[in-house]
Amino acid sequence: MSNKDFLTKTLTDTVLTRRSFLKWSAALGGAAAIAGSFNLGLKAIEEVAAVGEEKTLTFACYHNCGGRCVLGAVVKDGTITHIVPDPTEEKDPINEPRALPCLRGYSQIHRVYAPERLKYPLKRVGKRGEGKFEQISWDEALDTIANEMKRIKEAYGNEAFFLSMCSGTLWTGPDGRPPVRRMLRLFGGYTDYYGTYSDACISAVLPFITAGGGNSGDDVLNSKLIVLFGDNSVVTRAGGDNFGYYLIKAKQKGARFICIDPMLTDTAVATDADWIPINPGTDVALIAALAFVMVEENLYDKEFMATYSVGFDEDTLPESAPPNSSWMAYIKGDTDGVKKTPEWAAEITGIPADRIAKLAHEIAGTKPCAMFQGWGWQRRAYGEQPVRALPILSAMTGNFAISGGGPGVRPTGMGMKIGAMPVPENPIKAVIPCFMWPDFITRGAEMTNGPRDRIRGVEKLSTGMKFMWNHGGNALINQHSDINSTKKMLEDDTMLEFIVTVDNMMTSSAAYSDIVLPETTGFEIDTIIHGGGHGEKGNHNWALYNHKLIEPLYESKEVYWILEGICERLGILEEFREGHATKEDWLRDMVAVAQETYPDFPSYEEFKEMGVYKVSSGSPSVNFAKFVEDPVENPLKTPTGKIEIYSPTLAGLNDPEEIPAIPKYIPEWEGVSDPLREKYPLMMIGSHAVQRAHSTFDNVDYLREAHPQAIWLNTWDAKQRDIKNGDMVRVFNDRGETHLPAFVTNRIRPGVTNMPQGAWYTPDAKGVDTRGSINVLTKYQPTPYAKGNPQHTNLVQVEKI
Amino acid sequence: MAKQLAFYVDMNACTGCKACQVACKSKNNLPDGVRWRRVLQYEGGEWIEQNGQMVPSNVFTYFVSTACMHCENPICMTVCPTAAITKRSDGIVLINQDLCIGCRYCSWACPYGACQFNDELGVMSKCTMCVDLIDKGERPICVEACPYRALDIGTLEELKAKYGNFIAPAPLPDPSITGPAVVYSPTNKTKSFGDTSGQMKNIEEL
Repeated sequence: MSNKDFLTKTLTDTVLTRRSFLKWSAALGGAAAIAGSFNLGLKAIEEVAAVGEEKTLTFACYHNCGGRCVLGAVVKDGTITHIVPDPTEEKDPINEPRALPCLRGYSQIHRVYAPERLKYPLKRVGKRGEGKFEQISWDEALDTIANEMKRIKEAYGNEAFFLSMCSGTLWTGPDGRPPVRRMLRLFGGYTDYYGTYSDACISAVLPFITAGGGNSGDDVLNSKLIVLFGDNSVVTRAGGDNFGYYLIKAKQKGARFICIDPMLTDTAVATDADWIPINPGTDVALIAALAFVMVEENLYDKEFMATYSVGFDEDTLPESAPPNSSWMAYIKGDTDGVKKTPEWAAEITGIPADRIAKLAHEIAGTKPCAMFQGWGWQRRAYGEQPVRALPILSAMTGNFAISGGGPGVRPTGMGMKIGAMPVPENPIKAVIPCFMWPDFITRGAEMTNGPRDRIRGVEKLSTGMKFMWNHGGNALINQHSDINSTKKMLEDDTMLEFIVTVDNMMTSSAAYSDIVLPETTGFEIDTIIHGGGHGEKGNHNWALYNHKLIEPLYESKEVYWILEGICERLGILEEFREGHATKEDWLRDMVAVAQETYPDFPSYEEFKEMGVYKVSSGSPSVNFAKFVEDPVENPLKTPTGKIEIYSPTLAGLNDPEEIPAIPKYIPEWEGVSDPLREKYPLMMIGSHAVQRAHSTFDNVDYLREAHPQAIWLNTWDAKQRDIKNGDMVRVFNDRGETHLPAFVTNRIRPGVTNMPQGAWYTPDAKGVDTRGSINVLTKYQPTPYAKGNPQHTNLVQVEKI
Repeated sequence: MAKQLAFYVDMNACTGCKACQVACKSKNNLPDGVRWRRVLQYEGGEWIEQNGQMVPSNVFTYFVSTACMHCENPICMTVCPTAAITKRSDGIVLINQDLCIGCRYCSWACPYGACQFNDELGVMSKCTMCVDLIDKGERPICVEACPYRALDIGTLEELKAKYGNFIAPAPLPDPSITGPAVVYSPTNKTKSFGDTSGQMKNIEEL
C-alpha cells in the first residue's frame, strides 16, 4: 500500500491518522481530548509523562515469532515518539546479552495504529464469509455470545465447543487466551487439541527418540562445526538474545557452518556457511547415506551406540522387533534390498554423491559438532521421519551429550518461574489433532482414536464442533491449508453454528466469524510476561512488566473485562474471579509466585518501576550428560529409556509404510518423485518471513516496505518462463491461484520455489488471491502419525502475467 | 575539521533483517518510500549442470547496510542551490528543511541514494546520524537497534584504525567521488566497488 493509500484509508476508517494523531497531540501538548467518537489514547500518556518530560517505559511484543524481547517506548510531551531497545540494561555480555528487538518490534507503533484495527464489536449480517458486518454494542455482543453458549451447550453438550489453536497473542497471565481457557472450563469444558501448526511432528515423535531438547542455545559458542538442517534461526529465532544471535556469535568465535537447505537462507549467508542445496522432503535419504558412509568407513562410535541406543543394529533391537528391522539393516539394505549409498541418495536429494561422502567425513571428523534441525522439515507430508533421524547422526558421532555438540534436535534455554493464569482441569476429555479441526466440523461424530483421526482422551467424539472461540488466530482461513475448500466449509453455518473471533485486526479469519470483538493490543494493557519465546535463548531469562502506554483505542477492551461480562451472563462470575477484585490482583499473584522462586524478586510496585527482572545461570548447559554418565540410573524419558532409534510404540501401530518403527525416507505425495510434477513441476515451500510472525504484522506498512512479499524462483526456472526479477507472476495448482512478484535468485535450488508464509489472503473479484497467500495452494492432508500440517509439501506451476 | 564521525558496518554480523531501517523510520517518523537506512542485497554466481545434476557454482550473497555516508566531500552540498545542506564540525551532513525548496538536485547527485524526497513535507530529507541523540551523547537509533550488533559509530580515524580501510563493497559506487565516511568489515564473499560479477537483487530497489 502506498503512503497515500494508507492515509486515505486511515482517514476514512478512523477519522484521524496515526501521523495526524501524533501531530495533533504534540500541538495540544497531550493535554486536550480530541473531539470525535474515538478515544485516541491520550489519557494514559498524560499520566506517565507531563509536558516536556521524557520517560521510557518497558513493554514487550507478545506474538508467535519464536522470541520475546525487551522494548522501551519513549514517551514525550504526551506522545510515543519512538521505540528503543531494552532501556533497562547497558551491559551486553556475550552470555547474557540484551534482548534487543527485531524489526517487528520496532514497527509496533504502526501495528497498533494500523487502519485494519478492529474498532468496535461486530456482528455478521450477510452470509458467513461475505464480509458484511454491523457495529453492535458491547452489551449486545456479550448477550449474543452468552446466549449462544447456553443454547449450544443445551443442544449438543460441551464437547461441541472448541478453542482453536491460535498464536497471535501469547500472554501467559490474565490477558490473551489463558483466561478464555479458564472461562470455558468453568462453563463445563471444551474439546481441546494437541500439537501446534509449528511443531506437530516434533511434539508427536520426539518422545520416541530423545524425549528432550538439546544443550542451551549459548552452548554453540563451544562448537567447532555447526551443521544446520533446515534451521534458519536468524529469521525464526530473531531478536537480540535468541538463538540466531548465538549462531552469529559462534561464527565470530570461529565456528564453521554448513547449511543443508533448499534455500541459501539468511542464516547461511550471515554465517558464511557452506551451502548444500537439497531437494525438499529428502532429508532422511541424506541422513541415511551419511550414516552409510560412517558405517562403511568405520567412522562412528560403536560402543556408544551399543550402550545408549535401541535399534541401531540387530544386537540392540528389542525382543519384540522382527529381524532386519534395525537402522543398520535399513542403511545396509538388509531390510529392503537397497543400500543407502551416497549414489542412491544423490538421485533423491539432488546432492552430488561425492559431496555427501565429504559431508560425512566433515561431521565425523570434527568434534565438537553441533547439528540442529529447523521446524520446517517436519511441516511436510512425512514430517515425523527427519525429526527422529538426525539424532542418530549425533549419537553415532559421539556428539550426543557433549558441550559444543548436542543431540541433533533444537536447543533449549532457561525457564522463568513466574505465575500464570490458573486454569482448572478440563471436564471434557476429548482432544483432537490441532490441524484436524475441519474434520471436527464436517464429521465430528465419526472421529475416533483410530489411525484416521488419532483423537486422544476418548475413543470417539459424540458430536461435531458447533461453537468455536478463535482468539488471536488466523488459522480459520489464512494459516490453514487449502483456503478455498475451508471457505466453502465455513460458509455453511448449519455445521459449525457459531464462531467468535477476538483479535486486534480485521483478518480473513475474523471475516468468517459471526461475532468479532476488538481486543486491546500490548500498548493498551498492564501485564507481565517472561522471556521464553521458544526457549532457546541460552541460559538466562527475564520477566518483564508490560506497561500500559495508551488508553485502549476505539472501543477495544481487555479480554479480562470481556470474559467477566460473559461469565456474569453465564452465572459463573464468582468462580471466574476467585476472590480477585481486579485483573491487577492476578498480576500480583504472578509476582508472588516469582518471589517464591527468586528470593530477591521485587515487590509488585518495584517490579513495575524496574520493568525487567533477570536471571542467569552464567554458563551453558549440556542436556543428557547424566544419561551418558549412568544410563541405568538416569534413563531418557523415552519408553525404552534409551536413544530410541527403533520405537516399539510406533511399531505397534502396524503401519510400517507410513509410520515405520525406525526413521525412513518415504517418497512424498507432491514430492520430488511425484509424477504430478509433469503438470506442476515446482516444489513449493513456505518459509518463515522475518517481516512477519506467521500472519501477524503482514498489514504493517513499514514491514511491507522493508521486505516485499515475493516468490523465490531459481534463475534457470525463471529464464525458462521468461520471468525477470520483480515481474508479477501467477502461481497455481488444482487448489488455487495467487499473484505476486517474483524474486529471481540463485539462492534456491532449481525446481524449488519458496512463497514465504503468512501473507494476508486478499482475493480479487474473481476469487484469485492477490497477495501471495500460500494457503490457497496447500493441501489439507494430515501427516500419518502426528496428524500435522504438511504445508511445505506442494507442487505448483509459475507463469509470468 | 575537528573530527569526522562515521558509521561502521560489520558485514559478518548482518543478516539482512532491516531492523536498522525500521527502527530509523520509527524514530524519525518517515513516510512510505523514504528510507534513510537501507540494506542492499548483492548476489552472484550461477547454477551449472554437472554430471546430470544442477549444482551452484560460486553462488554468493551478502548484505550491505547503507545510509547517508556523511561524506568528506558531500556532493549534495555542492549542488544545492539554496545552501540548505551543511556539514557540521563533527562531519555530520544535514539538510535544513526550512531552506530546502525540494528541487531534488541533491538526490540526483548523491551516488548513494541518501537524499530522498519526503512528499508529506515537500522537501528533501536524509539520515541525520540521529544528530539529536548524538548531541545528547547517545548513539544513532540504527546502531542501538541492530539485534546482531553489526553497526557502530565513531570517528573515521578510530574506525579505520580498529577495523581497516575497506569502505566500498559492491554495489556501492567508487568512493573517490565523495569520500564516504564509513568503514565496512567485509565477509569472505564481499566484492569491491566496480565488481560486475553480481547484481543488486532487492525487488524494492528496482
